[in-house]
Amino acid sequence: MNELLPRLPFADWIDSGVDWLVSTFGSVLDGIADVLGGVVEGAVTVLDMVPSILLAIIFALLAYFISTRKIALFTLVGLLFIDYLGYWYPMLQMLALVLTSVFLAVVIGIPIGIWGSQKASVRKVVNPLLDLMQTMPAFVYLIPAIFFFNIGVVPGVVASVIFAMPPTIRLTMLGIEQVPKDLIEATEAFGSTTGQRLLKIQIPLAKPTIMAGVNQSIMLALSMVVIASMVGAPGLGEEVYRSVTQLKTGVGVETGVSIVIVAIILDRITQQAGTRKKKIGGKLS
Amino acid sequence: MNEQSIKKKIVVKDTTKVFGKNVKRAVQLLKEGKSKSDILKATGATVGVKNVTFDVNDGEIFVIMGLSGSGKSTLVRMLNRLIDPTVGQILLDGEDIVQMSKEQLREVRRKKIGMVFQNFALFPHKTIVENTEYGLEIQGVPKDQRRIKAIESLKLVGLAGYEDQYPNQLSGGMQQRVGLARALANDPDILLMDEAFSALDPLIRKDMQNELLQLHSDMGKTFIFITHDLDEALRIGDRIALMKDGEIVQIGTPEEILMSPSNEYVERFVEDVDLAKVLTARHIMKKADTIQVDRGPRVALRLMKQLGISSIYVVDKSNRLMGAVTAQDAVAASETDKSLEDVIISNLPMITPDTVLTELFDVVSTASIPVAVISEDQKLLGIIIRGVLIGALSGDNQFINNDGIIEPADQTNSEVV
Repeated sequence: MNELLPRLPFADWIDSGVDWLVSTFGSVLDGIADVLGGVVEGAVTVLDMVPSILLAIIFALLAYFISTRKIALFTLVGLLFIDYLGYWYPMLQMLALVLTSVFLAVVIGIPIGIWGSQKASVRKVVNPLLDLMQTMPAFVYLIPAIFFFNIGVVPGVVASVIFAMPPTIRLTMLGIEQVPKDLIEATEAFGSTTGQRLLKIQIPLAKPTIMAGVNQSIMLALSMVVIASMVGAPGLGEEVYRSVTQLKTGVGVETGVSIVIVAIILDRITQQAGTRKKKIGGKLS
Repeated sequence: MNEQSIKKKIVVKDTTKVFGKNVKRAVQLLKEGKSKSDILKATGATVGVKNVTFDVNDGEIFVIMGLSGSGKSTLVRMLNRLIDPTVGQILLDGEDIVQMSKEQLREVRRKKIGMVFQNFALFPHKTIVENTEYGLEIQGVPKDQRRIKAIESLKLVGLAGYEDQYPNQLSGGMQQRVGLARALANDPDILLMDEAFSALDPLIRKDMQNELLQLHSDMGKTFIFITHDLDEALRIGDRIALMKDGEIVQIGTPEEILMSPSNEYVERFVEDVDLAKVLTARHIMKKADTIQVDRGPRVALRLMKQLGISSIYVVDKSNRLMGAVTAQDAVAASETDKSLEDVIISNLPMITPDTVLTELFDVVSTASIPVAVISEDQKLLGIIIRGVLIGALSGDNQFINNDGIIEPADQTNSEVV
């Protein structure tokens, strides 16, 4: 094959494209990097100002109100355990990175999902892009992210956002499309505008599905923290990465378990958030 | 009814809906007179509604009836353009809604046409009262105002007190009441009801039909009711349009459809209908022979002899029914010089003209003289004769009054009684 067809220099094209982007939008990218870095660092600083025990109690209370008592207890014990192991500060760094990434993924993803649910043409463009985003090895995002945003927490956030966004978009589209056709007909028959139909009927009814998407995005963002640490993002991921390079099994397990604890807490709390409304509806009877 | 029927609320002219891709070609083939299945084969397009023309009078219950796939749901959705017609005109109060802009159409949907759906289509995340006020909410009616209207509307359908429940806490019948209340809250002129009662069980369905009729007579709105159930159509419809394969095969009053089916399809459709539940006393009553009370018993006797009957109805000067006199009593009265009034039998079996035949059997079978049909102000309208009742049940047209013209009682029949 190689003799018959000339090898097209795809890699070169992409490299020069990235170079062009960096040189043209350098100042813009620097601005974005400053903002993102500032947000993550600010979040860490704020969280760190609260004593670890108090913060653990706050999270436990949050879990209690959104979820069940069991989850609240697990949250309290789990967080105190991480504190006991001495990974409190890396945990906060990881949390800040994950929450920032998920926040961005949701803020960008839900509007795209809503847009896609309304227009078949948008869906046609978005769906293959989402496939690409999900199947492309996550490491690949890191390389241009370094060019754009240097080393540190920002390329980690950017890579996490890209990796974590697809489920939010997909499930937002799915949730809105799954609203029964007769309900849509009813809103139309009463003379709703498109905005009224979306805001009053479709999005509220799609909420559990959208929340399932957000939940998935959180899980994916968590799974990115170790990879993000390869470009210098601090946090628990960094500890795991270090223990791998230094072959320290004990530290690896400790930090790994800490990540799992945070993952379980975030997962259970966000899972419940999606179904909360129904419970209240049922209680009124 | 006659005065109102002059005003046409909705006029549908040559309206067609074709689903699928080669719509233009399909319309062309339709014009050439090709059938639905031919067009499907030739173009792959499905003809949902084929060239229908009809009008709906202001204030009537117009039933569109047909089996599944007959195009009735498509047709009703074209009336508020949930489905856009492929060709045709739909005039609502003289305005063609097919030509309307999005904004005009939205206004029509908000103000003029309400809709009730087969599977209720209530919003599960909203309470009953929130569901009911939805139409007003999207019009921007202030919260306290729309709540008042919604609660009124719920009261109308008998659901006061359920405001804060959620739809899934209500039974099917109650949910459909909410659907009805939601449509009524906007105070539309026209109510489209797409198989509104088909998902309910038979007893509840009957209750709802009765309540619908009550609501209709109270509010005087125009109802367009879709159903696949002939009994339902006959029960509630002022007029019925029967659909088959996207076409209207017959439009008429329930009696017209039953008594003179326009073709074999309609005939087959209506052959199993229980006539006793459709025909009323008005349809089979005959003109009664009467005598005014101030005439003497001798006049009564002579009249009975002339007509060959054994009893006669006694009325006052304004044709109000007072009772009946038998020949025996008249003879006795004339011998003892009593007046007619002294020998009158006043506890006669009496019914109203709207009584259906099923409810007549008992009265007619136990009565010793023909049962009297009286109006609300006690006037004698006619009588029910056993032979006619049986004849009408057998579907024999000669025993059924068309257009309320009452024929004189048949001599031979009255003798039997």
